[in-house]
Amino acid sequence: MSITKEEVQHVAHLARLEFSEEELERFTEQLAQILSYVEKLNELDTSQVEPTYHALKLTNIFREDEVKESIPTEEALSNAPQRENGFFVVPKVIK
Amino acid sequence: MEWFKLPLTAQLELLNKGEVTSRSLTSYLLKRIEEKDPQIKAFITVTAEEALRAAEEADKSRGQKDHRPLLGLPLAIKDNICVRGAPTTCASKMLAQFKPPFDATVIKKLKEAGAIFLGKTNLDEFAMGSSTENSAFFPTRNPWDRERVPGGSSGGSAAAVAAGFCAGALGSDTGGSIRQPASFCGVVGLKPTYGRVSRYGLVAFASSLDQIGPITRTVKDAALLLRYIAGRDEKDSTSAPHEVPDYLSALKLNLKGAKIGIPKEYFGEGLDDEVRGKIQEALEIFKDMGLAVKEITLPHTPYAVAAYYLIAPAEASSNLARYDGVKYGLRVEGKDLIDMYKKTRSQGFGAEVKRRIMIGTYALSAGYYDAYYKKASQVRTLIARDFQEAFKEVDFIVGPVAPTPAFKLGERVDDPLKMYLSDIYTISVNLAGIVGLSLPCGFSKEGLPIGLQIMGPHFSEEKVLALGHQFEEILKLYEKYPEI
Repeated sequence: MSITKEEVQHVAHLARLEFSEEELERFTEQLAQILSYVEKLNELDTSQVEPTYHALKLTNIFREDEVKESIPTEEALSNAPQRENGFFVVPKVIK
Repeated sequence: MEWFKLPLTAQLELLNKGEVTSRSLTSYLLKRIEEKDPQIKAFITVTAEEALRAAEEADKSRGQKDHRPLLGLPLAIKDNICVRGAPTTCASKMLAQFKPPFDATVIKKLKEAGAIFLGKTNLDEFAMGSSTENSAFFPTRNPWDRERVPGGSSGGSAAAVAAGFCAGALGSDTGGSIRQPASFCGVVGLKPTYGRVSRYGLVAFASSLDQIGPITRTVKDAALLLRYIAGRDEKDSTSAPHEVPDYLSALKLNLKGAKIGIPKEYFGEGLDDEVRGKIQEALEIFKDMGLAVKEITLPHTPYAVAAYYLIAPAEASSNLARYDGVKYGLRVEGKDLIDMYKKTRSQGFGAEVKRRIMIGTYALSAGYYDAYYKKASQVRTLIARDFQEAFKEVDFIVGPVAPTPAFKLGERVDDPLKMYLSDIYTISVNLAGIVGLSLPCGFSKEGLPIGLQIMGPHFSEEKVLALGHQFEEILKLYEKYPEI
């Protein structure tokens, strides 16, 4: 299965990435290679096989819903590129 | 005294007898790092001040009858595991300035046991890679041959232990990232059962596959560290409730008559002849030890790499969505919010990380989910079933860790698929969530270490460590050190 430059550009947008023309060429080629390698999986009939999303059969891990000590706001914000009055600052989203 | 040659258990004995202080052991190792690490580049950050302060405190409290099990023992930590207040970069520009305001659960547990930390070790960016060349900062070199890679992604931790900068380190293993570098560097690496060790505070790559584990000089030391990092954690709902046994005392288990399976798929095309030879020699040793060896089949092995390179990138693409320039990490300004996201992520991530985000996003995107992600997850079931069937007949599965000894720097960087295929014998263990132990079994003619892998069912760490320990005591390869 091949992948086009346009598709790569679309996926890049979904992933919030952008590429130069040169990168786009290279990624298109490498992704095509990798996708053609994984085609191999189609040799197997899996129509009757349940998928595994998790290696252990642990389900419904509950805990008490109680208030516990957490990281103070200042510390939680300490790595934010921009912050103000205890909030994260983002570029304006409403025009 | 060449302190750097001592395994953790020997260091502890001397500390406990009062024959060395934690302060002098720590400053000895820090000095060795300062002198020798410029050639190896195992560390991204050396936390010398904090380490010395913690060592002094350990010495003081030892005088006050503090008998904590790892008191004053210096370790190194892979730089994708959060240590409060110390840079945790994941070898990425994205997190170059990130200082976590909390400790990972493994760090909290090691601190409670008295351990101290020398620093943070290099890795492939976000643990994505098999050579540590994908670090955004610098590659790490193999202490046995500096022209060669240490393996990856936990290459810094494995190289640090091999070089004698520390006797124990933590790594993380998503598709072989503990075992393959351990094999390339001639040290021991354990990938515990999925869920055996809490992942809280490990920067997430592929959450259904990631597992933290020890990298040490001896299997005995791996047993020591596992005991103190394992266990159920309220903060990781995928951590397992199983009780944590005393892995050290289990090393003496009588394994006579136990059965080892040799998967024929692990000895086919692509396996280096010298590696094959050393594994065969190891099988003779196992027979001499009184174990039975028989050939088995894991028929879906040829599909493991393909399944893995859809599942792991799919999970990664979703886990790495959090790097958006808002909450922490790099921000590159743009003309609006979306543009800021794109610029931040495009400048913050390196090529391999982007490649995996792209594969994963594609595999999860509308119209392709069933064909790729679901298909790969169904194949994952078949791979897990292969192991379940095999473990009905045998107690262990043994094979190579990697198809070749350490390869040269630059050799595979431009060929992602070839790089992915170096994980061919390690990936299935993560897909099935079982135990995998890598330990040295010999050297190539060129003097490069060769690793042996022992696999066991879920929660079989006691037996796997026991077999590894009894094997290592015959060859005693841990006595060999690289000249650096």
